[in-house]
Amino acid sequence: MTRRRSLDVPVLARVEGEGALHVRIRDRTVETVALSIYEPPRFFEGFLRGRAAREAPDITARICGICPVAYQMAACNAVEHVWGLEVGETVRRLRRLLYCGEWVESHALHIYLLHAPDLLGYPDALTMARDHRDLVERGLRLKKAGNDLMDLVGGRAIHPVNVRVGGFYRFPDPADLTAARPWLEQALGDAVATVRTVAALAVPDLDMPYHFVALRPERAEDYPLEAGRVVLSGDGTAPAESFGLEEFDERVVEVQVEHSNALHARLRGVGPYVVGPLARWALLGDRLGGTAADLAAEVGLPQPLRNPFASIVVRAVEVVYALEEALRLIDAWPADPGPAFVDGPARAGAGHGASEAPRGLLVHRYRLDAAGEIRSATIVPPTSQNQAQIEADLRRVVEGNLDLDDAALRMRCETAVRNYDPCISCATHAVRVTVDRG
Amino acid sequence: MPRRPRLAVVKFASCDGCQLSLLDCEDELLAVADAVEIAYFPEASSTMSRGPYDLTLVEGSVTTPHDAARLQQLRTASRRLVTIGACATAGGIQALRNTRDVAGLASVVYPRPDFLDVLDRSTPIRAHVSVDYELRGCPVSKQSLLEVVAAVLADRKPRIPDVSVCVECKRRGLVCVAVAGGQACLGPVTQAGCGALCPGFARGCYGCFGPYGSANTAALADHLRATGTSARATEHLFATFNAGAPAFAAEAERQRGAPAGAPR
Repeated sequence: MTRRRSLDVPVLARVEGEGALHVRIRDRTVETVALSIYEPPRFFEGFLRGRAAREAPDITARICGICPVAYQMAACNAVEHVWGLEVGETVRRLRRLLYCGEWVESHALHIYLLHAPDLLGYPDALTMARDHRDLVERGLRLKKAGNDLMDLVGGRAIHPVNVRVGGFYRFPDPADLTAARPWLEQALGDAVATVRTVAALAVPDLDMPYHFVALRPERAEDYPLEAGRVVLSGDGTAPAESFGLEEFDERVVEVQVEHSNALHARLRGVGPYVVGPLARWALLGDRLGGTAADLAAEVGLPQPLRNPFASIVVRAVEVVYALEEALRLIDAWPADPGPAFVDGPARAGAGHGASEAPRGLLVHRYRLDAAGEIRSATIVPPTSQNQAQIEADLRRVVEGNLDLDDAALRMRCETAVRNYDPCISCATHAVRVTVDRG
Repeated sequence: MPRRPRLAVVKFASCDGCQLSLLDCEDELLAVADAVEIAYFPEASSTMSRGPYDLTLVEGSVTTPHDAARLQQLRTASRRLVTIGACATAGGIQALRNTRDVAGLASVVYPRPDFLDVLDRSTPIRAHVSVDYELRGCPVSKQSLLEVVAAVLADRKPRIPDVSVCVECKRRGLVCVAVAGGQACLGPVTQAGCGALCPGFARGCYGCFGPYGSANTAALADHLRATGTSARATEHLFATFNAGAPAFAAEAERQRGAPAGAPR
């Protein structure tokens, strides 16, 4: 007799946005796995047409309230590339500093409020706080440090106002940067403790044959963050292949599937691939340096890490990196920072810009006219790139856990989605989990 | 102990930023969680309880037939319903579709627009159901959000002043970026609440809190045109994150019809 099981979670919680997951199991065979994103489409690429290229950073920031800086940086990089604007070293550093704030805020949100409750068995961080008050307070302190850094550099944490094509509207007061040192150091202490805490959590086993993709920064000592023009691609064991950002459209195919309002990305000749903390660690982890590298070694973080349930440890290590990098950038702030932005005439042309959002590689491509208006825009967010791989992970998770009861299997599937810190607002928005064994 | 008020936080088409503002209240979050029962807040919790809710915070605009129906049920389940942010209050940046052909927009983004089920307009919550209070901002400010939650739960009027950004700017003693700096600034017509953030960064206000109650958009538009801002740039200034707010939508429409070269 054919055995069919059916599980349904109508709204996937603790992700940014709205989506659903459908799994069909017949006997002991997983027939289909579909991560369905029903977040309503908002058509950014459509209404960017005819807008001034200078508006792109502020408009595209509104794609995502969790990672607006990722969008602002990618948009600036793309427009500056088309116009041939070269930003100075101080602007580059300040962009990096702002972006460190976003990484700390976004990763702390995911680690403590979205992911840790899964691994410790709570519905949310507020309930978790009843038993683990110190832990949640530490997470909130860390998150706040990220937000405060964004306030300081960008004016506010959500949709910062200080970013413009060519640089910033105004540089921060050096005294304010210096004054940030003590609370950033305190946050670094919290971040170090976070790595040790999350590395000690029991996580489910899984070993996935991942193909990783990440942005390589120009400076050899930098971990991927605010910019880069070369994309690395590989499995993290053999030397990575590299290609120029301008080849991205040929290498990555975006396909529309009926069950989702987000486009699925596939790497030509490879298929599904992974962007984000696992990819950055696998391909460029040797650039972490400092306390971050020491901690990764101390907790025995394998490189590459192919268990997505342990990605929380990489996020925690990246928070340490971001705070150490922020302190380095503040210490290196020049006495005479020069102009806060560079400007130049609009030029017609097409170009790419990219950055490493907390969730992974984000690529913008614009075609601009001689008047400085956008003729066409293509935005490839990290979650739409990860979506096919999330489905592949889910298939393996279900296949390997058919003996779990429905509630436990459903929970395991939800956690497998949350491993990616999916931003469905970016990919479009919301995740619903249905496991149908019929 | 008296029953704690039940809070719901619900999302429609949006970027998640306004509900994130609640989680960004790091110093107050645990106290808020003690004071109210968080009955429904999918971004934060797997526990999702049915209504009725004493207070429902709504983020996002209505852009699909499914969401329009979901909003009706939500209103029925909510004693007080408060919109948070420009999407829920004015339709958000996605209201730019309201002056475009949606089929055309969808075909720009999606190869198979027939897979989508969307309305041709992005509308604020108030266009569908009664709303007890509207908090503006793209995003809302944390302090205002906490004030509105506290006020509505206490059945008092939130203390959100209906003045322009100019008032906050003067209060901070900032040099006027428009008059002294020659920049295009929407401060004179924009609802206060940000603390004159952009002028503080030597930048003109871009209107992310939307029009304040007595905004004279026509006078400001005339000034912008007379000081060198093109009709198209003026139109775009009014048509961003609050493109669907009536005062801004009307001014953008006037500029769209204005001759390109000279002031109107």
